[in-house]
Amino acid sequence: MTTPDAAALDHPDRSTVRSLLRLWPYVRPVRARWFGAAFVAVVASCLSLVFPLILKWMVDGPVAEHDPAGVWLGALYLLLLGFAEAGLFGLRRWLVARPLAGVEADMRADLYRHLQRLPVAFHDRWASGQLLSRATTDLMLVRMFLAFPLTFLLVNAVTILAGIAIMLAQQWTLGLVLLAPALPVMVVCWFFERRYSEVARRAQDQVGDLTTVVEESVLGIRIIKGFGRHRSQARAFRELSRTLRGTELVKARLLASIWGVIVTLPEFAIGAALVLGTVQVADGRLSAGTLVAFLSTALALRWPVDSIGFLIAMSQEAGTATERYFEVMDATPESDGATAPAPVAGPVKARESTAGAARDGDATAARDTGGPAGQGSPAADGEGGLRFHAVGFRYPDAPADAPPVLDRIDLHVRPGESMALVGATGTGKTTLTALVPRLHEVTSGRITLDGRDITEMPREELRELVAVAFEEPTLFSATVGENVLMGADGTAGREELDRALAVAQAGFAHALPRGTDTQVGEQGLSLSGGQRQRLALARAVVGRPRFLVLDDPLSALDVHTEAAVEAALRRVLAETTALIVAHRPSTVLLADRVALISGGRIAAVGTHHELLRTHAEYAHLMSGAEEDGR
Amino acid sequence: MTAAPTATAPGKDPDEGADEKGRAAPGPGPHQDPFDHDTLPAPPGATAALLRSLLAPLRARVALTTVLLLLQQAAVQVGPLLVAYAIDRAVPAFRQDDHGPLIAVGAAYLLCAAASGGLQYAFIVASARVNQDVLLDLRGRIFRHAQALSVDFHERYTSGRLISRSTTDVESLRELLSEGLQELVTVILSFVYISAMLLWLDAGLGAVAVVSFVPLYLLVRRYRRRAGEIFAVRSTTIAAVIVKFAETMNGIRPVRAFRREAANEAEFEVLNKRHERTNGDALLEMAQYVVGSRLVANTAVAGIVLWGAHRVASGSLALGVLAAAVLYLRRLYDPIDRLGMFLNSYQSAAASLEKIAGLLAQTPSVPEPSVPRQLPALASEHPGREVVFDGVRFAYRTGGEVLPSFSLTLPAGQTVAVVGSTGAGKSTLAKLLARFYDPSDGRVLLDGVDLRELPVPELRRGVVMVTQEAFLFSGTVAENIAIGRPEASREEIERAAKAIGAHDFISALPDGYDTDVRKRGGRISAGQRQLVAFARALLADPAVLILDEATSSLDIPGERAVQRAMSTVLRGRTAVVIAHRLSTVAIADRVLVMEHGRIVEDGAPGELVAGTGRFADLHKAWRDSLV
Repeated sequence: MTTPDAAALDHPDRSTVRSLLRLWPYVRPVRARWFGAAFVAVVASCLSLVFPLILKWMVDGPVAEHDPAGVWLGALYLLLLGFAEAGLFGLRRWLVARPLAGVEADMRADLYRHLQRLPVAFHDRWASGQLLSRATTDLMLVRMFLAFPLTFLLVNAVTILAGIAIMLAQQWTLGLVLLAPALPVMVVCWFFERRYSEVARRAQDQVGDLTTVVEESVLGIRIIKGFGRHRSQARAFRELSRTLRGTELVKARLLASIWGVIVTLPEFAIGAALVLGTVQVADGRLSAGTLVAFLSTALALRWPVDSIGFLIAMSQEAGTATERYFEVMDATPESDGATAPAPVAGPVKARESTAGAARDGDATAARDTGGPAGQGSPAADGEGGLRFHAVGFRYPDAPADAPPVLDRIDLHVRPGESMALVGATGTGKTTLTALVPRLHEVTSGRITLDGRDITEMPREELRELVAVAFEEPTLFSATVGENVLMGADGTAGREELDRALAVAQAGFAHALPRGTDTQVGEQGLSLSGGQRQRLALARAVVGRPRFLVLDDPLSALDVHTEAAVEAALRRVLAETTALIVAHRPSTVLLADRVALISGGRIAAVGTHHELLRTHAEYAHLMSGAEEDGR
Repeated sequence: MTAAPTATAPGKDPDEGADEKGRAAPGPGPHQDPFDHDTLPAPPGATAALLRSLLAPLRARVALTTVLLLLQQAAVQVGPLLVAYAIDRAVPAFRQDDHGPLIAVGAAYLLCAAASGGLQYAFIVASARVNQDVLLDLRGRIFRHAQALSVDFHERYTSGRLISRSTTDVESLRELLSEGLQELVTVILSFVYISAMLLWLDAGLGAVAVVSFVPLYLLVRRYRRRAGEIFAVRSTTIAAVIVKFAETMNGIRPVRAFRREAANEAEFEVLNKRHERTNGDALLEMAQYVVGSRLVANTAVAGIVLWGAHRVASGSLALGVLAAAVLYLRRLYDPIDRLGMFLNSYQSAAASLEKIAGLLAQTPSVPEPSVPRQLPALASEHPGREVVFDGVRFAYRTGGEVLPSFSLTLPAGQTVAVVGSTGAGKSTLAKLLARFYDPSDGRVLLDGVDLRELPVPELRRGVVMVTQEAFLFSGTVAENIAIGRPEASREEIERAAKAIGAHDFISALPDGYDTDVRKRGGRISAGQRQLVAFARALLADPAVLILDEATSSLDIPGERAVQRAMSTVLRGRTAVVIAHRLSTVAIADRVLVMEHGRIVEDGAPGELVAGTGRFADLHKAWRDSLV
């Protein structure tokens, strides 16, 4: 699930800072609280630097002068300081806890909203796991970044500067000794950090590869078992996990080096300061209290210095996470409503081309032979129904030299008519059905419903007009009733549901443990392929849509059920305009006419029997008879 | 490194809440199947036993790592002691021109600094080796175990769960091992060392510090309990968010087509807000803990300084000792925040480990034979073998008998079609023959040998099954076909593809047989995937071939190509064909009609069609549909 995807590789070199700056719009609403918290943190951190000063005052003052009352006063100061520090720590967390949880949730909601509106083509390219990891892990990293590294990089910088100032003010020679390792530590850290992030990325990729093997070995378990291949899978897995282990160990060695340097060098400096300070105390140039305060200030600075390494590492991770998040957010969503009106020349040209394509055994020719005229259609017969005008389509990610999936589709499904769509495997039947509800956008040409270009009507309206049953029937985690009624507007009730279930021969739903209130989907009862297919069909017909698109709706049904569904479906089809993808004669016979799709075009339109007689390719597809040359 | 007791209650299962909702109302719903809510029963103590068995082979290195950490912490904690020595001894000595103590302090400090750095390096490397070996072992175990478990297990334990067991759950253990445990041990060690040092420096001051541990312990315990509850709720809420999210993205087509966007957003908003609230609760709980522990720590520091300074003032305590004590105290209370973070990662790792232990506790219901046997040499020149179902009964583990006592003999080389409505037991028959399941009673024999006695490679030379779902593995088309026989040459692969009619579409792909099925332009339709699956089976060249609804997505020419291949390339094999469609039956020598797990009709196709039974009816309906 963590495999780097093509999109991620397009802009690998965006700087971490620039990525993180893009978070501002989400932080803006909570900026007052965030800055407040950062301010509190700086104050709290500086308070901890006051602690050694009080200590110094106590040692050099009341303690040296044997003044018990002074000692009490010093301790009281320490106590107050401690209370203030604890309070400020809590205040900081309290200030940002809810707002930052809110930022995370807002970003997630935005991502979800955006993803629902991205074109289907986008979802084809992105595995849902990739999207999910952005909505969960990445956003958690961003929240943690806003809560800790961002605040503490600021806080630590201020604390370190203040600490150094205090130390230099107390005894500048000792201060300089302590500053000495700063430069080498920074250089070494910078060097290792770079190598480390390289190796860390490699490890991440290897985890992705490993995940892929795991996923596939689970999804393809029947094949692996069926061919007895689990040993070779296990071998591939073992090799990958060994490689990962090797990379992780390299990573650990680098990390160990960074830590070793960070621990040792400052410690050397403190040791040197201790020796030097002792000499100065002995010589009387320095008070004992100053030395104690000095060393405890140096100690107080240890954490701010040590932590900068991992704070930067966390920021880098958050930068990558932000980048991954905006990769998705930057994708252009489908426009909500109608796009700009199609070019004026479009319709005219398309109509001409329709006529011109008649040699292909085209729709226009078939229209003249008769058939039921559109009942109650607002447009004239010529414009009514579902119409494809010289529609071409290629997948956006297809290589440039590949031929388009659909080259030039001209087809007219008249109002009230049902048209079967037949073609060899892989000729683009399913693709064509996806164009009608605009799940994919045509690359050229246009599609009209009752004379209206589908790109000129709001998607909402278009998808209300057109109902679809997909080849792969998906049910959502909801009750059976809710799943079916999704296909209707909010007013449909019990009666509609029962009718739709009856059409799809999905009476089994009433026999489920809790009838049509039974939960199905990921979280509920699992149904067989045939049962799911029938519910998906019920969903498509429940809203009595004007236009119905069915993609091989009966493939998973046994012969008897199929016959019953067909009988019921016929009554529904009599009232709507339908496009039905079919592999079998039995499904084709549901339709009034058949269109044969071949080589990206409509090769023939006619009734099943006509085509069976006159068209060799069709006869081959429907009965398996040998074609006489192609 | 089993630093924390594993017997304590782990976080509640994230999926549990969702399921409870699903079962809220009483009714004749599905019984309480552990599979329903992702909590496979692990025998008590399984989690601890798993952790022990993972660490046992690494005992020596765990010990080494522990020693390194002990030494490293010792080196780190010497510092303040040297400060005390410098102030109380070296200063007076230096004033007497005795430079010895000062040089000793300097040298010792240098040594300790170098030692703590070096030991830190050694410790990180050593512990990384231990962690990585544990993870390697655990990943391998989960993988091998999942592969060994039978198909009926996989059918009930969804793929998503299995994937998250070997990814996110292993990951949370990795976090615990690589960051959490080291943190915890460091914290505990420094507590012990520093308390010991303080006690040694001055028993009174040390005692005060030790007493302050009592309220700190109570705070930690309270945080652990309260945060545990919040984490349980939080993991349930995030699970709900994830399910909704994944479902929407996986079903984006119907979501779009049925205009679910607005409704989905409203539902997602509710789930997302619920998670936001518990997330905030968890952060606030942490804030409370931090305030509490800081208050205790700072009060203790003020108290100790007060008392110590008093005694220095009255001359009963050396100044250096007070300085060292103060330096130690600062170190003592610093890591208590980090303890809170450790508890977080511990909670989630414990929950993950428990789930993994539950998975590993499952026993494969189709085990490998302990005394493997080979198949006898082929009796004739035909490659087929005889199949016998000898008094076979099959019932699912959860109850529900699918096949009541069932006997059947398929002579070598016969092609048998099995028809019948959904739930008649056709697929069960196929899965028993492929040994995806073992029969509850009776035996399945291949040329007289019980399938349970055949080792896997031998079994798969005997029986291969092609199913309805044609999954493609990442890699090229050629590699996918070669799964049938990994040692096959390119020529043999192409020959198999040609025989099944897949060659044309494969050649038309951007890189032909070398097209990566997961990359750009590698769009392969459902029907084409089934053809690849067939080519695989053809290449495997088994004695018995089972086709379970394997032609459902094929169009008629595709189906014909398969039939042609069966009567030419696969001629002489024993074949069992299960299909909804009767077109496949055309090539069968024999037809079995099944109903409720029994064979109700058995005969040659022509014979049955001519009769008046169910098959004749089915066949008539099918013939009518063809016209």
